[in-house]
Formats: sequence, C-alpha cells, structure tokens
Amino acid sequence: MQEKVLLRYRDLSVDLKMIDNYIESGGYSTARRVFSEIAPEKVIEMVKESNLRGRGGAGFPTGLKWTFLAKNTGKPNYLLCNADESEPGTFKDRAIIENDPHQLLEGMMISAHAIGCTNAYIYIRGEFAYGAEVLKRAIAEACEKGFLGNDVFGLGRELNIHVHRGAGAYICGEETGLIESLEGKRAHPRIKPPFPAVYGVFGCPTIVNNVETLACVKHIVERGPAWFKAIGPETGPGPKLYGVSGHVRNPGVFELPMGTSLREIIEVHAGGMREGRQLKAVIPGGSSVPILRADEIDIAMDFDSVAKAGSMLGSAGIIVMDDSTDMVAALRRVSHFYHHESCGQCTPCREGTGWLEKIVTALDEGRGTEEDLRKLDNVAKGMLGTTICVLSDAAAMPVRSFLDKFGEEFRAAVRRSAGAAAA
Amino acid sequence: MRPLRRDASLETNPMSQQTTTNKATDSGPVVFRPEALAEYHEILTHYPESRAALGTVLWLAQREFGWISPAVEQYISELMGLPRAWVEGVVSFYSMYHRRPVGRSHIQVCTNLSCYLRGAEDIYGAVSKRLDIEAGETTADGKFSLERVECLGSCGTAPMLQLNDQFHENLTVEQVLDLLGKLERGEKL
Ligand SMILES: Cc1cc2nc3c(=O)[nH]c(=O)nc-3n(C[C@H](O)[C@H](O)[C@H](O)COP(=O)(O)O)c2cc1C
Ligand code: SF4
Ligand code: FES
Repeated sequence: MQEKVLLRYRDLSVDLKMIDNYIESGGYSTARRVFSEIAPEKVIEMVKESNLRGRGGAGFPTGLKWTFLAKNTGKPNYLLCNADESEPGTFKDRAIIENDPHQLLEGMMISAHAIGCTNAYIYIRGEFAYGAEVLKRAIAEACEKGFLGNDVFGLGRELNIHVHRGAGAYICGEETGLIESLEGKRAHPRIKPPFPAVYGVFGCPTIVNNVETLACVKHIVERGPAWFKAIGPETGPGPKLYGVSGHVRNPGVFELPMGTSLREIIEVHAGGMREGRQLKAVIPGGSSVPILRADEIDIAMDFDSVAKAGSMLGSAGIIVMDDSTDMVAALRRVSHFYHHESCGQCTPCREGTGWLEKIVTALDEGRGTEEDLRKLDNVAKGMLGTTICVLSDAAAMPVRSFLDKFGEEFRAAVRRSAGAAAA
Repeated sequence: MRPLRRDASLETNPMSQQTTTNKATDSGPVVFRPEALAEYHEILTHYPESRAALGTVLWLAQREFGWISPAVEQYISELMGLPRAWVEGVVSFYSMYHRRPVGRSHIQVCTNLSCYLRGAEDIYGAVSKRLDIEAGETTADGKFSLERVECLGSCGTAPMLQLNDQFHENLTVEQVLDLLGKLERGEKL
C-alpha cells in the first residue's frame, strides 16, 4: 500500500488532533526549521519548483500566485485559508480539518512565513461547527506551546491564526466573496482586477489558498520539491485527495497519486458499482464541471488530462451515477443549487440560474416542450464568460454537458410530456 | 492571543461600552449577559476593523437569543455602531442566521445531488411525515423544525442530515425514525 501523506492519520494509531501526538510523530519540526533557518524567498522558490497547483478548483500554480503579492505597500499581508468547502460532491478538506488540524496549521505557518504574514484566517463554512472547534482547540494548543502568538518558537516573531466561521452561502468559497464576507459584508464577489494579491482583505495584499493546498506546502518543504514532483504528472504533481460519492459500494476520500485513472478510483478504491448496476455517468470535479459518460472514464485524474477530456478536475469531488439515475431529475438538483446560491449581482447569472431551474423543473415534472430544450441551451450559452465571478459558468456548464451527453433523455422527457398532454 | 493593532477610526462607537437598549422579545431582554459581552470584546480582538467581527457576533447573538429578531438586529447595530440596514443586509444574506424562531431540534436534510443519489428524498419524506411538517415549518409545540439544505460536505457519508450543530451521516429511514423518537422522548442521543 502506498504511504499516505495528507491522510496520514489513517495509518497511525494515535489521535493527531492532540498536539503532543502530532509533535511526537515529527510534527512542527518543519515549521520550526523554516522559521529559524529558511528565508521566505527560498520557501517560495521551493513551492514554485514543486509545481504545486491549487487544490481549491482552478489549479492555479501556488508559487506563482505568491509572487504576485504587491511589495512595499506599507500594509500587512494576509493569508486566508479557504475552508468553505461547499461545492456539491466535495468533502476532502473536512477530512484534514477534523482529523489532522495541526497539519493544516503547520502548512499555514510555513506559507505565512513565505509571504510575510503575521495574521492569518481560516474561513470555515458555518456548517462545519465541529471542524471549527477542532481548529480552535488546535490553535489554542499551538499558542500554548509557543508555536503561534507573538514569540513564535522563541524567535521573537509574530503569527496569529484566527478561525472565522461562515454562515451558509456557497459564494463565500469564491475568493473575493470570501474576502467580502470576512470583512463583515454580504459575500458579493469583487470585479477583478485588482486581484487579492494586490488589494485583498482590509485593502491589503492577500493570498487565498485551499486547505489541501496549504497542507501540501508543509510536505513540499519537509520532503523537498523533487519528492513532490515525482508523484504524478510533472506539470501538476503531488498526492491528491479524491472524494467519491454517489452510486459506488465504498464512497469516501482517497489519497492517491495525482493522475490516478478515474476508472481505477471508481472500480478499485471506491469498490465499483452496487450489486447488479452499471455505470452511467460521472461528474469528476464537483457539481459545476461537465459530466462524463461511462465510456469516458479511462482518463488520468490530473488538471491537464481532465481538461483535455472536456471536463475539469475542479475540486476532485467525483460523483458517480449508475443506470438507475434519471438524468433530468439529477440536473434539476444541480440547477436548483446554483439558482439558490447566485449572489444576484449580475443579471445573466441571477436571471439565468432562475431560468435554468425553471425549465429543468418543467422537464422533470412532465411539462417540458421542444421550445424549452432550445431555450435551455440558449440561456446556458448566454451565461458563459459574462459575469463578475464564474458561478454563472458553473451553473451553465453542467446544463450544456448534460444536454450534450444525455440529450436523448431530455428529448424523451419532452415526448412523454407531449404524450401526456395529448391523452 | 495577542490583539491585533486596531484602527482607531474604525473603532465601535461609545454604544459598545454601555448597553442602553432593553427591548424585550419572547426570550427576554435583548442585551448580552456579562459573559456574552466579554466574549464579544474578545471577538473584536481577532479583527483589525470591528465591522469584520459582525458575522461572528451574529453567531454569538444567535446562541444567546435563539434567533436574530428585529430587536436583536437593532441591538447589534447599536452595539457595533453599524447602520441597522447593514446588519439586516448581512443577516438576510446568509442562510444559517435564523430570522424567525426555529424548533429546539432544527433538522436540515441535505437533498443535493450526492445525497439525492443515495436516498435523501426518503429521509426527507420520513421526517416530514413523522413530524407532519414541510420544509420551512416548525411543529406547533415548537419542538421541531425542518429544512431542505444544500450540500453539507458529507457526500461520502450520504444521505445525511444536520440536527442543530450535529451531523448525522450514513442514514437509513429506520435510523432517522429512531433518532426522532429519541428526540421526542427527550432521550440522550
Ligand atoms: C463559486 C465558487 C466557489 C468556490 N468554492 C471554493 C471552496 O469552497 N473552496 C476552495 O478552496 N475554493 C473554492 N473556490 C475557488 C477559490 O475562488 C480560489 O480559487 C481558491 O480558494 C484558491 O485556492 P488554491 O489556489 O489553493 O486552489 C470557489 C470558486 C468559485 C468561483
Ligand atoms: S456570477 Fe453570479 S454569483 Fe458571481 S458575482 Fe455574478 S451574480 Fe454573483
Ligand atoms: S450532497 Fe449531501 S452532503 Fe454533499
């Protein structure tokens, strides 16, 4: 069995939530070494060298993002950990937060050192009440040990990490929505540029990174960029958390090398289909990415390969559907979600998500027409690339791909409606 | 934790030092107990501007008063020196702040895709039937309220529901009925 790094807690018999256990198993030694011996630029260099790409969805190179930070502004720099984890089908960050919180804190400490930050926040979705408590206790323990606070490792350096609990809004996961929310506002995403690295939270240079990304930073610095790069494709390597949900025998989070085949993840790690069922469709990266048919799963699950196959790795939340699935009903759930979560700032998104839900609901309830199918595609097309953030695209992409890959089921729904109307 | 340096121009107004409001709701006068007020001041130390504490202060208020009534909004706006409309705008934006009282057992069933694929509608239906309420409603005795919610990040342990702050995962209909029975009888979970 391959060694687990991000999910090390599963291989150990001790509770890594307790700081003494974490330290005993080697924890915080890398952060200590970084604070006392490694220059910030050197840490950034290592992260760049590792080719780490962000695990929050977009796959942006982490080291490169860090170099965009505005310099000599006279303002403090902020590090924000995105623990909003709300993309339907995604539940990987929670595994780290609830089981190995110090791993995240150590990754944040190293990252904060790299970008010159003295106050960092973990923005955690409101529903993760337990996770928030785990993190708060972990922070309190780290403060008590003198690893955090105003004299980090006795070196006279300052670093505080604060937990900020959201209150239920998917759009807080979008980094500028998150920033607005952290400032005590409605989470309305900002027009970019300026990007957060220049004008972020409280008007200061800000880096937003995902939980898993920050955890990876710890291991990159600990084991070296070459180690990281050797795992999976060089252009976006590393250990990766894949969350598998839906119609499989053994759903859950699996840590595997980046680029593991989707077929292997589903059939081997997640135990394959339930008794007597056949695979029908897979959404490979959270509900906003284009869906794949059963004959399209022989792909490597890394950023570039999934993009080449016409979808996206996204959050690597793999949603598996078997032949019992009604695709119209499934899309209805997805469209309802995006309508519910649109923040309402942009007309194409606010109106478009409403139309999508309305039409898909009509189709699902047997009231759909040919005209509806055309309208569905048109509305979705009009929502792409026209708005402040990409939630609009995230709502439109599933619709277009469901129609493209499973159009026959939507046409059948229309025929059934027509038949029912005639009878 | 050492307080951040605070920007004096953004400090809360003097209202934050003395609470003069004393409006009553069903749950008593809307003013933080001394313990809650101490927590409030501790919360402010986590942010460079007091307004950023609003979300966290609203959580505290919800814990203290049960829900965010108009009187609570008014109190928070005076306490923090923020316009009332600002506070209301934030409260209404986020789905977890209750703008009306909820049941003592607030049940939120996830009906998003991964849960749907694993029988979320059966779970929702069982709760709804047993309690005889639909999503958005509270039982007449105020014991239970029911909601459909979006993905709660537990898709790998679907179907699931959230009972107040607690996740209940990998559910079957029998388990849900058993859970409701325990709640009805006031038994420990
Ligand atoms: C609508 C929307 C929701 C998002 N939700 C999340 C989320 O829950 N968690 C997350 O880490 N990133 C989320 N993102 C991506 C963030 O905007 C941002 O790219 C990410 O946190 C950057 O971290 P990374 O570079 O480490 O991936 C979301 C983006 C959009 C447009
Ligand atoms: S695209 Fe939608 S969610 Fe994003 S800012 Fe515009 S209205 Fe809000
Ligand atoms: S879909 Fe229900 S928890 Fe994710």
